[in-house]
Amino acid sequence: MPECLTNKKVLTKGNYAIANAAVLAGCQCYFGYPITPQSEIGEFMSGKMQELKRAYVSAESELAAINMVIGATSTGVKAMTSSSSCAVALMQEGLSYATADELPVVLVSVMRGGPGLGNIYPSQGDYFQATKGGGNGDYKLIVLAPSTVQECVDLTYKAFYLAHKYKNPTVLLADGLLGQMMEPVEFYDYPYPEIDNSKWALTGAKGRDGRIIRSYAPLADNQCVFLEKLFQKYKTIEENETEWEEINTEDADIVLVSFGSTSRNVKTAMKLLREKGLKVGFFRPITLFPFPTKRLAELSKTAKKFVTVEVNMGQMVNDVRLAVNGACPVELINKGVGAPPSAQEIVSRIEAL
Amino acid sequence: MSYITINGDKCKACYLCINECPKKLIKISDKTNNLGNHIVEFEDPEHQCLACAMCATRCPDLAITGVYKDK
Amino acid sequence: MATQVFKIPESLRDNVKYSFCPGCDHGVAVRLVAEVIDELGIRENSILVASIGCSVTTYDFLNVDSLEAPHGRALAEATGVKRAQPDKVVFTYQGDGDFASIGLAESMHSALRGEKLTAICINNTTYGMTGGQLGPTTLLGQVTTTSPTGRNLEYYGYPIKIAEHIALCDGTAFSARVSLDSVANIRKAKQAIKKAFEVQIHGLGFGFVEILSTCPTNWKMTPDKAHTRVREEMMPIFKPGIYKDITIN
Repeated sequence: MPECLTNKKVLTKGNYAIANAAVLAGCQCYFGYPITPQSEIGEFMSGKMQELKRAYVSAESELAAINMVIGATSTGVKAMTSSSSCAVALMQEGLSYATADELPVVLVSVMRGGPGLGNIYPSQGDYFQATKGGGNGDYKLIVLAPSTVQECVDLTYKAFYLAHKYKNPTVLLADGLLGQMMEPVEFYDYPYPEIDNSKWALTGAKGRDGRIIRSYAPLADNQCVFLEKLFQKYKTIEENETEWEEINTEDADIVLVSFGSTSRNVKTAMKLLREKGLKVGFFRPITLFPFPTKRLAELSKTAKKFVTVEVNMGQMVNDVRLAVNGACPVELINKGVGAPPSAQEIVSRIEAL
Repeated sequence: MSYITINGDKCKACYLCINECPKKLIKISDKTNNLGNHIVEFEDPEHQCLACAMCATRCPDLAITGVYKDK
Repeated sequence: MATQVFKIPESLRDNVKYSFCPGCDHGVAVRLVAEVIDELGIRENSILVASIGCSVTTYDFLNVDSLEAPHGRALAEATGVKRAQPDKVVFTYQGDGDFASIGLAESMHSALRGEKLTAICINNTTYGMTGGQLGPTTLLGQVTTTSPTGRNLEYYGYPIKIAEHIALCDGTAFSARVSLDSVANIRKAKQAIKKAFEVQIHGLGFGFVEILSTCPTNWKMTPDKAHTRVREEMMPIFKPGIYKDITIN
């Protein structure tokens, strides 16, 4: 298990990087249940949190784990859980409640193969699970998708910040590849301001009436008012927090769109295709919600074609199509599960289009 | 003299208090509240109330708001 | 000059009006919890986790900081609250379906971990809010909307004896079953609720009280008859008593 050091470059696994970053971000409580390929997060936390006299619970299930996070965050502290695919499925109810309760829940979701038990190979098959949600009702989760181990650190910090800034559950959507691979990474102090939770957190009703954090709205009108307010918040998040990376898109005929670990080979493929004289650009959404819809729509005015590359049966491609809105074709290069297609494979499939 | 106070607006007419009173001082009133319930009323012309608070302890709706014991 | 020997507890919200059905013992149970909070002087230091069912409305009545849990998850959320705020008094108010059916894992594991929590569970042998279906504590032979000819072993199996199960968990400091069928038993119930809070406050472990209660609406009985049923049908099976108290044995 790696040492938690700041301001020093270390070689470590994505899972340890996420866990260490969470500790440095000031996460006070970790609740979790083991599942491959993210078990190192819970293992690391079990030792570190006890050493720091912070809270750690080996929960009896993922249902319990996400609800423990709801309980802890209702008191205003930073708290998290981590899990993977078929077990994140069990947390959907809790995530729906957490959006309705407007609580800063942080979930690290390290995707593996599905549906069902699937397998423990890397996958991007839970793009829909994270961005569209499996819980009931109208809600959105903030979803951050790292592509490197360093970004696992950066976006873990950011996940805590955004969750508290907007009082909305936030998902760090990694995958088995990022979780298990080792890369050099630098830790640093939590770079965001601390958010004041004193106006809403449950801290005991000292000198005031009891606060209620609830989702139960017996009257239809009340629920309408709440939903309008909730979606006004999502609009603000879209305006302020949409993040993406783009390279060589200004003159691109073909824009390759990819997120997470898969995007690394796609970026290389773009460079190889450029060397061959093709005008190819690279576009990587970093926030999957808010999705960079506006920017993709702008690019669709100059690009002739978009190609999304995903390790699933085609999920993000739908959001790209909605953004492009018929302005030009949107193709899909994909494989169901496992290591992402190699740069060479992407190059030949683009050439064959 | 001991007595009880009743908030008729909270009475849901379950009448559990009527059986509970050892002196049978609570009865169904002709009056109704805004729920349409015939509320209970306390009548103690002979000052028999013991202030035992059994009625208030039994009342599930906080309609018996106070029990006062004569010193 | 008369002195007041009974008053509405101060830990209830101002001018509180319960939304429970006429004659429902929930109202008594919530009042007892409020009286205990008053007596222990912990209103400003307590956090309630309310569950789903008729019990969810408790936060509208108790004037304490409150969190609403999904069905069955109250003790998981309470665990999260307590681990984040160990100096707070954290308690749940749940029904039998919430505590002992959908939430049995959360309930048992909270007790096994010895979480410093207090759990109050209302046992009325049915799912009240949804209209009187068979629940984990429905008695053999009891007719409900989903056991139209009565609970039989072939289709439904046995009801659970909650207080006994919780007493078996090593992390439990106090487990009792009480009844609200009579004024004498209501007074005993309050003592048990107080004890379940005290073991938490003294850091001894998990405090639990199962409260035998009525559902006149779904039992289709007058409130008075409902109490007779508690005495004659429930109490012989769900025997009131203290099943574990580490402060005396």
